[in-house]
Amino acid sequence: MNSEAILPQTTPAAAMIRTLGLLSAICGLIIVAAYQLTYDAVQENKRIAVERAVFKVIPAAKSIVEYSALPTGEVEVIGAGGATPPGALKFYAGYDAAGRLAGIAAEGAAKGYADTVRILFAYDPATSSIPAYSVVAMRETPGIGDKILVDKDFLASFPLEAKLSADLKALANAIITVKHGSKTKPWEVDAISGATITSRAVGKAINDAAQALLPRVAPNLDKLKEKS
Amino acid sequence: MSQPAGKMSARNWDEFMEGVWRQNPVFVMVLGMCPTLAVTVSGVNALSMGLATAFVLVCSCGLVSLLRKLIPKEVRIATYIVIIATFVTVVDYVIQAVSLALYDALGAFIQLIVVNCIILGRAEAHASKNPPMAAMTNALGMGVGFTIGLLALGTVREILGAGSLFGVSLFGADFQPWVIMVLPPGGFFVLGTWLLFFAALERRKQRKLAEATQNA
Amino acid sequence: MHESAANIFINALLANNFVLAMFLGLCPFLGVSGKLETAFPMGVATTFVMLVASLCAYGLNLLLTAFQLEFLRLISYIVIIASSVQLVEMVLKKYSPALFRALGIYLPLITTNCAVLGVALFQTAREYDFVQSMAFSFGGGAGFTLALVLMASVRERLQLSDVPSVAQGTALSLMLAGILSLAFMGFAGIGG
Repeated sequence: MNSEAILPQTTPAAAMIRTLGLLSAICGLIIVAAYQLTYDAVQENKRIAVERAVFKVIPAAKSIVEYSALPTGEVEVIGAGGATPPGALKFYAGYDAAGRLAGIAAEGAAKGYADTVRILFAYDPATSSIPAYSVVAMRETPGIGDKILVDKDFLASFPLEAKLSADLKALANAIITVKHGSKTKPWEVDAISGATITSRAVGKAINDAAQALLPRVAPNLDKLKEKS
Repeated sequence: MSQPAGKMSARNWDEFMEGVWRQNPVFVMVLGMCPTLAVTVSGVNALSMGLATAFVLVCSCGLVSLLRKLIPKEVRIATYIVIIATFVTVVDYVIQAVSLALYDALGAFIQLIVVNCIILGRAEAHASKNPPMAAMTNALGMGVGFTIGLLALGTVREILGAGSLFGVSLFGADFQPWVIMVLPPGGFFVLGTWLLFFAALERRKQRKLAEATQNA
Repeated sequence: MHESAANIFINALLANNFVLAMFLGLCPFLGVSGKLETAFPMGVATTFVMLVASLCAYGLNLLLTAFQLEFLRLISYIVIIASSVQLVEMVLKKYSPALFRALGIYLPLITTNCAVLGVALFQTAREYDFVQSMAFSFGGGAGFTLALVLMASVRERLQLSDVPSVAQGTALSLMLAGILSLAFMGFAGIGG
């Protein structure tokens, strides 16, 4: 009897490498093809989503320019499809029909009840205030957490005061969410009774983002006033 | 050659129905639980997840079956996983291109289709041993069965927890939604209830069979 | 995001428990939670793999972003996870053969545990730094073990109870999981 026929055959290394190489090539091709074919549609979807959100928080805006605020203190325009340099913060400048600055918008995020709550808030340089915000993505409890979209007292907390401190390094007063009905200062957000966690997430998201971004934007307001 | 063709389509139908009913991944094999409970908060989400999984199932099983003679058995699981991950990446980009809102709603669970035990199980148990047509038909049956399972959960949770079906409000504005149904505990309870229901049906069938054989 | 590592750990352990709130790792949760003596080692093994996976995913993500190869993220994560599980298997086989035999088939199944890939994907999506990622994966693994141990303890006791036969099996486990999940909802907000 041929002993080779009884022993199970192990695949020779060369055959394994050949097959795995072939497999990697096929899979690589499929992924890259899918990425390339969908790239334009995905970018377009993202652009439309950003536009819709920014126009919602800056009603007077008719066009948007994306900027990045660098750690060095300057601001520069992000070209189409460009990436934010490391350490830089992205923000949007909304210009009205005449090309004048209507407002600045930026994203913020904080942990809510279920997952991250991502918001977009507007900043009005003329009044140093945050007039409005909108929710970009959230997974909060329907009927409870999603009241941040419609609750009258919560929305009446806006506009929030966002003046910078004397040394222009941070906000003069941190934006903070307070218990429902106990709002006394213009930089406080009135929490929704029964939806404290989600309300706090919105306050924290705005505060964290504003503390980091506004000190970098303030010295550059002249550069932003006219659409470049 | 109508006779062999007729037999073949009957066998194909059998392969297909096996995944849909007899070996339904959600209710019978209880596999792929993670996406089943996580994304079935609404009918639309459930349907999209089911279709995405079905797509990955069919394509992966097709490719595995095509390459089945070439894949070395020592590294076969790793190979299947790479193939599945490839098609999940494709689905990920396709959903982003179709609707960002849907992409946000399904979240990380699109990419978690990679570790859905159903797909790996099918590839290992079936696609690696059968020709492409049979493998893809069986995979399609599994995908359809999975989608049906997801829809069963998604529609119930949406109706009870939001008072709507596929976004269409059913009970008007005064409806007090049973919010827990769209939260994690609700997922567990609804699936448990469905399994209870099917177990009761199975019991009834067994009892009727026993009675029939007794009376015969 | 500016969450502290301690808050991330507490949240992953309790308020956003991987199994009971985020629906990750359900297959082993329903499959292995029959006996307490297998549930705990399974939880520990999974936690270890999650830590390794989190570490590797963090490094991989830095590499992929630097070379703008984000579309290879999913494939590279899953390959790393499969390799980590192989590694853990080999280490266990050599240094603790008893444990290796006890875990049996469930060890390679950690590869398909959504919790492991889930850790990598979530920490990337939330842009956690290194310390936050470690806290997240450790908390997640601990939460998974906690849920598994709780479930196993209750199921062991239920074996002595008079459960209607139509409800036995997975249906009962799911109902139990639902009640546990409801209880864990009480932890909301504990992590600041």
